[in-house]
Amino acid sequence: MFAYYLDLAFRSLRRNTMLTALMVLAIAVGIGASMTTLTVTHLLSGDPLPGRSQHIFYPQMDPDPKRTDDKEPYDKLDYQSAVDLWSAHRADRQAIVVDSRLKLSDPASGAPPIMSMMLSTTADFFPMFDVPFQYGGAWSAQDDVSRARVAVISADLNQKLFGGANSVGRTLRLRNSNVRIVGVLKPWRPSPQFYMVAGGRFSNGDTADYYGKTEDVITPFFTGLEINDGSFWQFTCWSLPARMGHLQDAPCVWLGLWVQLDNAAKVADYRRFVADYAAQQKTLGRFTHAGNTRMRSLMEWLDFNGVVPSDVRLQTWLSFAFLTICLFNTVGLLLAKFLRRSGEIGVRRALGASRAAVFAQCMVESAVIGLIGGLFGLLLTLLGLWLVRQQPVAYADLARLDVPMFLLTFVLAVGTSVLAGVLPALRACRVAPAWQLKTL
Amino acid sequence: MEILPILSTLRRHKITAFLVIIEIALTCAIVCNAVFIINQRLDRMNMQSGVDEHNLLHIELADIGITKDEKARTAEDLAALRQIPGVAQVASLNQVPFGNSSSNGGIKLDPKQNLSTLNATMYSGENIGPGLGLQVIAGRDLQADDYMDSDVVMRAVAARDTKSLPHGIMITQNMAERLWPGQQALGKQIYLADIPLTVVGVVKELVRPSIWDDAAKSYSMILPMRESRGEYVIRTKSPQDRDRVLAAAIAKLKEINPHRVVLKKHTFDDMRHDFFQNDRAMAGLLVGVCVALLVVTALGIVGLGSFWVAQRRRQIGVRRALGATRSNILHYFQTENFLLATIGIVVGMVLAYGINLLLMVHYELPRLPAIYFPVGALLLWVIGQLAVLGPAMRAAAVPPVVATRSV
Repeated sequence: MFAYYLDLAFRSLRRNTMLTALMVLAIAVGIGASMTTLTVTHLLSGDPLPGRSQHIFYPQMDPDPKRTDDKEPYDKLDYQSAVDLWSAHRADRQAIVVDSRLKLSDPASGAPPIMSMMLSTTADFFPMFDVPFQYGGAWSAQDDVSRARVAVISADLNQKLFGGANSVGRTLRLRNSNVRIVGVLKPWRPSPQFYMVAGGRFSNGDTADYYGKTEDVITPFFTGLEINDGSFWQFTCWSLPARMGHLQDAPCVWLGLWVQLDNAAKVADYRRFVADYAAQQKTLGRFTHAGNTRMRSLMEWLDFNGVVPSDVRLQTWLSFAFLTICLFNTVGLLLAKFLRRSGEIGVRRALGASRAAVFAQCMVESAVIGLIGGLFGLLLTLLGLWLVRQQPVAYADLARLDVPMFLLTFVLAVGTSVLAGVLPALRACRVAPAWQLKTL
Repeated sequence: MEILPILSTLRRHKITAFLVIIEIALTCAIVCNAVFIINQRLDRMNMQSGVDEHNLLHIELADIGITKDEKARTAEDLAALRQIPGVAQVASLNQVPFGNSSSNGGIKLDPKQNLSTLNATMYSGENIGPGLGLQVIAGRDLQADDYMDSDVVMRAVAARDTKSLPHGIMITQNMAERLWPGQQALGKQIYLADIPLTVVGVVKELVRPSIWDDAAKSYSMILPMRESRGEYVIRTKSPQDRDRVLAAAIAKLKEINPHRVVLKKHTFDDMRHDFFQNDRAMAGLLVGVCVALLVVTALGIVGLGSFWVAQRRRQIGVRRALGATRSNILHYFQTENFLLATIGIVVGMVLAYGINLLLMVHYELPRLPAIYFPVGALLLWVIGQLAVLGPAMRAAAVPPVVATRSV
């Protein structure tokens, strides 16, 4: 029966190509627009560490003496708090993060230096965030403390400087110091670059830069501070630092601390530990208020920072409104199509087809239109994503269709057209056979 | 004229009429708001910067770093740049409009205040006024003897020895108006990190390097500090010279020190272009969506119109046989479309207003100006009439003889 309906559907679609083309076009354009924006939103709002993000936390406290407990604490930590919490090693894993710009070169090649971003962090960073290595591996916890002159480099930089070869053991010149490469990453492109996200609530929705590429070179935290002294940027300061770019003893917040806590008890313990630390600092006179501590999980932190750019959210709403209009358009056109065939339906009903059979036939026809519309919609989605990739935004290279989104395109297209078909099909199956036969 | 019969016909085709109305209403609501957002973005892109954009070049070198001779090297760079034919002014500064990276500070009117009155960006660098081509509208530009080297200032501030610091600053007209509404700003004092500063000049306009709040976009001040961090602006005598001067300047700087990395070299026109690229992309996308929406709606009207005409061929034939002229039939369908469009537009306007309220809450958009309503209505009426013209003409062409067949 289904095959027969399918055959009928194709016959009917061929009969009025103009109307069919209009419907397919409406669905294709609506699907193309909404799948393009939905794919971008899906890529930007996803979990950067699936399966692990619920164990990753970002502690905050408020060292600014001029503020009070009723405001949000700053998005980063001051040097002493960050290093104290890190060296307490109370979490399963912990890593301080800070990035800075510096000049780097391959001393062996004599090529002109390039400006790059350097991430300075501690050894736990790699296992905690599941960072994939191509060659070599991370440095050891001992290297953190002994300020070893070692570095891990990105796949990009390895390609640029060493043509993608195994460069472990080679020397890299960072500003005026030489470091030994101990590890080369596989291409790693977390979306967003979650471990550096901060200050989103001050960016007015313009958060596309959170989706930039990861740093080219990663050094142990204390090593990085030595190598690139004078080039570190504060998140904010409550009074002027003595020397710009050197923030170890400055009244500034500039470091992020990430901790991994594997179960709920540990989370509660660490929360208490952070609060106790703040209270202790208050007794010591370094803090003026201690009640203002926070510890958000990774996803809560991304949410708090509103990482999905507001333009992207607006585009998603817009394209769904667009799809709605296309849906209404299709309802109207299907109605026209089905009722124009009232005579034919009348004959079928008179020959014994039940209402349900007529209804099913109409729905099959709608679904076929949806499927064809989805096919064209898929092409338009690919075109739309190509257009997004041409845009000068940080996330441009991420905009590709993945399997779930590919399937969703067809589900959405068929769903839309079936939904659009319900009302016209109901009208069609209520056609009175006698009246139709009389006017044939 | 024949509105009543049209209405009674529509009452018998509720679903089709409802579909046309809802399609027009949604299109109207979305297009009004989209065009409004497009206009907002265009306004932003045409923002006045206050600098002599068409003559300006910007060069940024990788930090010379904390070295002993950075001041001497900056002086040497500036002298060399000044020598290039076609150069009117040069300046070494800390940040430039549309540069995206900025130093900002909280301003207080009274040192005892707990919170800052406003947050302003801090430009510094000797000769920045002529270098950027700023327009001083009150008081005077900063002079050579107003300035002190920025590292000396920083050291003095850190040592809390602020007595000897220079205190003359220039601020923008907007910032002056915000701090002292309706008053003369010259000679007034403000406090930056508790250091007293006196306004000696007011510039007409100077936007911030990065703009996150349009209302505060020109809260800028110029501090009397010399900068030597490898960031230069060059003002040419005429826009034709720009490309040549930029190439000559890079060659000159490389000649002085071949080991430097040139981070940025561009004209200000390019900087503006880059700065607003997101706004341009969004405006382009919205234009595309609006056009697509209007086309889809028009096609929907054509489709339903054709269906309607086909369905009523016999009625039309009867009317024609009873004496209606072709133009009577044409007008009938045009009036019908006009009525549907009008109801759609009224509903659409209410929706447009609602969507705008939502956008005001979630995206900090201003209220939709009233002018959008009549213009949007006119647009949809015109599109409705154009779309229905084809089916209506086909209806008018139905010959009266149809009435005689198989009634």
